[in-house]
Amino acid sequence: MDNTVLIICLCALATYLTRTGGHLILSRFGALHHRAEAALDAVPVAVLTALVAPAATTEGPAEAIAIILAGVLTLRFSLIISVSAVILRVVALRSRGR
Amino acid sequence: MSMTRNDGGMPDFAGEPTSTFRSDVSDGIRDALPILFAVAPFAAVFGAIALENGLSFGELLLTSMSINAGASQFVMLDLLGQGVPAWSIVLTVFAVNFRHVLYSAAVGRHLSKFTTLQKALAFFVLVDPQYAAAERRAGRDGLRPAYYFSFAAAIYIVWITSNCIGAAFGSLIENPAAFGLDVMLPIYFAGLVAGFHTRRGFGVILVVSAAASTLAFHTIGSPWHITIGGLCGLAAAALLSRPKGEASHG
Repeated sequence: MDNTVLIICLCALATYLTRTGGHLILSRFGALHHRAEAALDAVPVAVLTALVAPAATTEGPAEAIAIILAGVLTLRFSLIISVSAVILRVVALRSRGR
Repeated sequence: MSMTRNDGGMPDFAGEPTSTFRSDVSDGIRDALPILFAVAPFAAVFGAIALENGLSFGELLLTSMSINAGASQFVMLDLLGQGVPAWSIVLTVFAVNFRHVLYSAAVGRHLSKFTTLQKALAFFVLVDPQYAAAERRAGRDGLRPAYYFSFAAAIYIVWITSNCIGAAFGSLIENPAAFGLDVMLPIYFAGLVAGFHTRRGFGVILVVSAAASTLAFHTIGSPWHITIGGLCGLAAAALLSRPKGEASHG
C-alpha cells in the first residue's frame, strides 16, 4: 500500500507542476509579443469552451440547449441567476421524464 | 493614507484598507456559493468510489488534499484499479491537468498584488472555477489575495468535507442526474464563457475551440480534447491579433 501513497504524492507533484509551470515559464520572458498577449487573453474562452463542448454535443439535445441557454442568459442576467434558472429547468424536465 | 488595523484578528494582506478586505472576502464567498452545489456532490461521489476501489480513508484524504483536482483524481483511481504502471498513471494525470499550464500563465499576470508565498499557494488551489473566477474578478474590480483565497477556501473546505461525507454515506447518493448535478459544471462554465463576450475575437475563438474540442473528443479521445481545443482557440486569437495602437479594420 506504500506504493499507492507514493503514486498519490507523484500525481500531486505533477499537478502542482502544471499549475506553477505556465507562470514560471512565462515570467522568464520580459515584454510579450502582442500575439502571445492575445493568446493568453483568450485562455478563459478557449479552454473553458473546449472543456464544455463535448458535453454540449454528446449528452443529448436537452443538455445542449441547457448549456447554450446558460450562455445566452448570462449576457442579460447575473451568473448565479442564469445558472440556477437553467439547472431548475433541467431538473423539472427530467422529473417529467423529458 | 491612513492604515486601519484589522480588529477581527484577520490576517493583514499587504496593508489593504479593511473595507476592501471585507468586501473582497464576502464577494469571494458569494461567488463560490453556486460552485459549492456542484463541488459537494462531485466530491461525495469521489469519496464513495475511492473507498469502493480499495483506497483507505487516509489515502483518500491525502489524494484530495494534495492533488486537489477533481477529474484527474477519478482517472488516477481508475488506473490504480487496473494495475497500470506507476509512471503511466502519473503521466496521465499530468496530461489531464495540462490545461492548468495555460491557466497558470494567464492568471500569473493578474497576481501582482500577491507575495511570493501567496503566489505559491494561489497556484496550488488553481482549479477550473478558481481560474475562471480570478480572471473575471481581474477584469472588473481587480484581483486581490483576500478575494482569491476566500473563494479558494470555501471550495477547498467543502471539497474535503464532502469527500469525508461521501466516504461515510457513499451508497446514499443513488442518482445524481435526477438533481441536474451532472450538467451543473458544464452549465456554469458556459455562463462564465459568455461573461467574456466583450474580449477581442470572442466569437471566432469560441467557434474554433468548440469545433476542435468536439473533433478531438470523437477522434483522439478524452482528455486530449481540452488541451487541443484550447490550443486551437489560442492560435486563432494569436492570428487575429494586431499590434496595439493600430486601428482594426471592420
